[in-house]
Amino acid sequence: MTVTNSTSSEVQAVEMVTVVIDGVAVVVPKGTLAIRAAELLGIEIPRFCDHPLLEPVAACRACLIDVEGMPKPQPSCAQVVSDGMVIRTQLSSPVAKEAQEGVMEFLLLNHPLDCPVCDKGGECPLQNQAMAVGRAESRFEGEKRQFEKPINVSAQVLLDRERCVSCARCTRFADQIAGDPMIDLLERGANQQIGTAADQPFESYFSGNTVQICPVGALTSAAYRFRARPFDLVSVPTTCEHCASGCSLRTDYRRGEVTRRLAWDEPEVNEEWNCDKGRFAFPYMRAGRLQGPLVRENGELRPASWPEAIDIAARGLAAARESSGAAVLTGGRLTVEDAYAYAKFARVALATDNVDFRSRESSDEEAQFLRSAIAGSPVHTTYSALEKTPAVLLVAFEPEDESPIVFLRLRKAASGRTRVFSVGAVTTPGLVKMQGTRIDATPGHEAGVLAALPADVVEMLSQPGAVIMVGERIAGIPGGPSAVLELSERTGATLAWVPRRAGERGALDAGALAGVLPSGRPLEDVAARAEVAAVWGVDASALPSMGLTGTALIEAMSSGRAGAVVVAGVDPADYVDVELIRSALDAAEFVVSLEQRHSEVTERADVVLPIAAVSEKAGTYLNWEGRARPFPKVFREALDMSDATVLGLIAEAMGQSLGAWDVNGLRSELGAIGTWSGTRSPAPQESASTQAVSLAGTSAVVSSWRHLIDAGTLQEGEPYLAATAREVAAIVSAELLASLGSPETVKVTGPNGSIVLPAARGDIAEGVVHLPMRSVGCSIYADLGVRPGELVAISAGGAA
Amino acid sequence: MSVTTGLTPVITEFWDQPDLYTIDGYRRNGGYRALASALKQEPDALIAQVKDSGLRGRGGAGFPTGLKWSFVPQGDGKPHYLVVNADESEPGACKDIPIMMANPHALVEGVIISSYAIRANWAFIYIRGEVPNAIRKVANAVEQARAAGLIGKNILGSGFDLEVVVHAGAGAYICGEETALLDSLEGYRGQPRLKPPFPAVAGLYASPTVINNVETICNIPYIIDRGVDWFRQFGTEKSPGFKVMAVSGHVNRPGIFEVPLGITMRELLDYAGGMREGREVKFWLPGGSSVPMLTADHLDIPLTYEDMAEAGTMLGTGTPMIFDNTVSVVKAVTRWLEFYKHESCGKCTPCREGTYWITGMLEELEHGNSSEERLNVIQHACSQIAGRSFCALGDAAATPYPAAMKYFREEFVTATATPVDTTFDPVAPYVFAGAAAR
Repeated sequence: MTVTNSTSSEVQAVEMVTVVIDGVAVVVPKGTLAIRAAELLGIEIPRFCDHPLLEPVAACRACLIDVEGMPKPQPSCAQVVSDGMVIRTQLSSPVAKEAQEGVMEFLLLNHPLDCPVCDKGGECPLQNQAMAVGRAESRFEGEKRQFEKPINVSAQVLLDRERCVSCARCTRFADQIAGDPMIDLLERGANQQIGTAADQPFESYFSGNTVQICPVGALTSAAYRFRARPFDLVSVPTTCEHCASGCSLRTDYRRGEVTRRLAWDEPEVNEEWNCDKGRFAFPYMRAGRLQGPLVRENGELRPASWPEAIDIAARGLAAARESSGAAVLTGGRLTVEDAYAYAKFARVALATDNVDFRSRESSDEEAQFLRSAIAGSPVHTTYSALEKTPAVLLVAFEPEDESPIVFLRLRKAASGRTRVFSVGAVTTPGLVKMQGTRIDATPGHEAGVLAALPADVVEMLSQPGAVIMVGERIAGIPGGPSAVLELSERTGATLAWVPRRAGERGALDAGALAGVLPSGRPLEDVAARAEVAAVWGVDASALPSMGLTGTALIEAMSSGRAGAVVVAGVDPADYVDVELIRSALDAAEFVVSLEQRHSEVTERADVVLPIAAVSEKAGTYLNWEGRARPFPKVFREALDMSDATVLGLIAEAMGQSLGAWDVNGLRSELGAIGTWSGTRSPAPQESASTQAVSLAGTSAVVSSWRHLIDAGTLQEGEPYLAATAREVAAIVSAELLASLGSPETVKVTGPNGSIVLPAARGDIAEGVVHLPMRSVGCSIYADLGVRPGELVAISAGGAA
Repeated sequence: MSVTTGLTPVITEFWDQPDLYTIDGYRRNGGYRALASALKQEPDALIAQVKDSGLRGRGGAGFPTGLKWSFVPQGDGKPHYLVVNADESEPGACKDIPIMMANPHALVEGVIISSYAIRANWAFIYIRGEVPNAIRKVANAVEQARAAGLIGKNILGSGFDLEVVVHAGAGAYICGEETALLDSLEGYRGQPRLKPPFPAVAGLYASPTVINNVETICNIPYIIDRGVDWFRQFGTEKSPGFKVMAVSGHVNRPGIFEVPLGITMRELLDYAGGMREGREVKFWLPGGSSVPMLTADHLDIPLTYEDMAEAGTMLGTGTPMIFDNTVSVVKAVTRWLEFYKHESCGKCTPCREGTYWITGMLEELEHGNSSEERLNVIQHACSQIAGRSFCALGDAAATPYPAAMKYFREEFVTATATPVDTTFDPVAPYVFAGAAAR
């Protein structure tokens, strides 16, 4: 296997060259840029357009250096060093020093120097470098260039053109990294400016990165503009809670409120980028939060003290457990530690195995798949491995929407030798940007396609390093999980499960799923039970037997077989059968809700216990790689009311000590349980759907997934972000649209009702319509009552 | 008469024939004879002849043409391209456009031979968008050549295929910079590219590309037809051959004179009918506004690449502009800087901001609103552009002022307090013989 990435652990000889910078020799790999070689010596050369992850452009000329044998000063950001090269920077060359000072003077000519009112002031490369190499007084006496300010390049990203130094970092990011070249330089000379096409705002999922890498205050976000001064902020390195990509973030806060979040440098994960959801979707932590515990009295919720609420919760759960059993439902937001606490609370305090973290479409086959192949498995493939793999097959997975940093890395990989294939019905913009190839599959029938992949794809997947990436939507495909396992076995391709939510992989590994104990231990394996019971300090025989999951569990709640219910981070609207979960919560004997915000669940709960949001506690997420992404508490002054802490209090009140409930104690307990090397749960062996799709008249099969920016609970309170969401439309083939008379809108009808959506032509399989799963104006579960793979009727729509 | 050097009309020899622009007119005068002979030779032999001829690029830089051709890697399996830079937009330069209008088939024949030599099957002629008449003439010549089997498949039975595309620019000075021209030709915004890689290795569509000026290419058929020795009998050892010189400015008979390199400006002035009655040469530029100016003291220096370099300037496009003593040098320099400011592409800081700043200072100077200290600031600002900009356009913008200050410092000092229009009659430069200036 050829190693193409220097971060590889595999050893490969790298040709080194020796270069002398300011009289000091340094040995660097061949091909190194002078500016990087100087950095190794601690020599900081001024720069604006230079960015280590973007192609050099040498436009700003701030980094000019003197290279022996070259008549003119050279831009160090584009100058590749060669063996024996003698370089003088501003530290030892008057030519370089004067050249740099000249460029700095030029850069400031037209710059407004409005630092006191500029958001970048205090953290501005222009300000800092002007202080370092600029003149104290300007020799410019003319009139500065003026522009109307600010202009929106998107709802979120604002541009103050007069501050721009034309470094082209933003345009190069949009083009080279995100693949969304919707911003570009317009006009020329001093009028050169960033702009968009008239009909295409900068609606990229990654637009916030341009704000972050702008070396001046030209690009700002509507969310942060004029909100704070950087020197008043406290910065904490954190992990993003929004998806399984696992980005490193920097969270900045002031006066107990998060003011902004930035992508933080993590070369092995997100490099220096993140998506707009991770950057901007944090106001949910501010508005709509529960202020204190609530208990139900005479049918109404009323405030209660913590001791009272804990006591009522403990007694209610104990009583209901005795009479009708128990259930624990957790959503995808939990940290590993909190999920572990739920897993243990269910088995020890509630004596039940009825626990399921999958607050989305799920299946028994998927549960078997997760237990057998994913839970507790070591890291099989990584972001950097994706760059070296010959082929990646995506199944039920749309990276740009469902794991954006995976998308960025696959896009980078595809610019090398990696080939991307996707099994699905739609050729998405994301797939085009990854130069990917679609393998046509009708929604619901992917399993059959996987069993009969084209020979060349199978051959690509049989090469060493090939990867199959499976999304959480595999759960809705009959035979899908089995087919993926079979394909992985047949080809030897590494299997990676990429759930959408940040907490799913951690919850699985912590044992928050019926039938599986921490680290993938089968619940019914004697040795596994004994190991876990020993750490938990209980008798192995006291651990419950196999519990229920998915719809069966919800139905048990409705029918009085699981009456003591603990719910955490669950939004009923995420379930396929929204009414079923609502009625189950209504029917359950006693419901305890551990929640951050008021929700449909808290409305139905008997006890509501407010718990810490991500910035108010420490924890760990496991990303799709299985890589631990720990993070500290942001607000030092916050009460650490994590889910685990609250569960510990309830358990104590029930007379059942859970042991550790602080984050360090939970981590060491999980460590004590350790990895599992015994027998794993059996793999699923379901067969693919053989039911032929019968398209009567103008019906179509639904293809659907959740868009990155949609109606999700954790995106509440950020209107600028919401305004950059992809257009909510029904994507159909040109043929289908023509057969309807090429209307502007189409009416989509399912069992629950109809919605009228703008019609969009797409490269989509015949007889398939693609709809957003849960966006503003289109929720296929609630509005239509269908799930992917089911049929809807389509007709020409009236007014949208 | 002090003229001792004769005219050498070659490209311009038959310009008096009204149908020279047609293939018949061109052929009547020996046109396409060189092509037939070239296609019978090995491409490398043609490159060798061009190398031996010592032909230097007529676009301004004077780079040896044969050497440039030899940089194209051979047998690399990639397509090769010939691109003709016909984006003549240098202030004062007006030679390529007349050539294309009067003798377009010389260009077309040169393109075919040159493409064969560098093994290119596609050639592009990038013509300045503001000259539709020249574009039409060249496009018509290409069509005629195609109809005559001189462009297309298996040209003259040689097995050589060539397609020629005539492309109209959209009117940007920067697109005369060869890499910006390539970006423009590829459909991008015309801004210069980072070098390396150089166009000979990765040019148009990332493939090996030769970019030559119109006049350079027009020389090729004559060199191939008449031989290296014939070519070398003109000019000097380092600047062999002849040159289409376009003389403009305050001369009695401005126009185009095809002369051997090495002729002096004084001789050229005589061909151009001398200065206006009662006026004398104040300053002159050998080839476009981008080369440093000279004065009446330099009229006897031979117009060659090497002699001009020794005199502190450049032959440039070889299109002398002559200014007489009615002209304010301050005003002339200001107009040039306004041009560079308007044409700066904006990519790099020194050119984008420097031209903006210097132009502002010069405009104030022109109105008597400046100081000697400010003159030094302008000088310093020019030095901060020269050699630091991304491409040669920045260097060009930084040229006029220091050169003018070298010879006319006193005039600039006077202008700091006195508006130029009060020291120089603004009308006088435009008034010709008979009408007396103030």
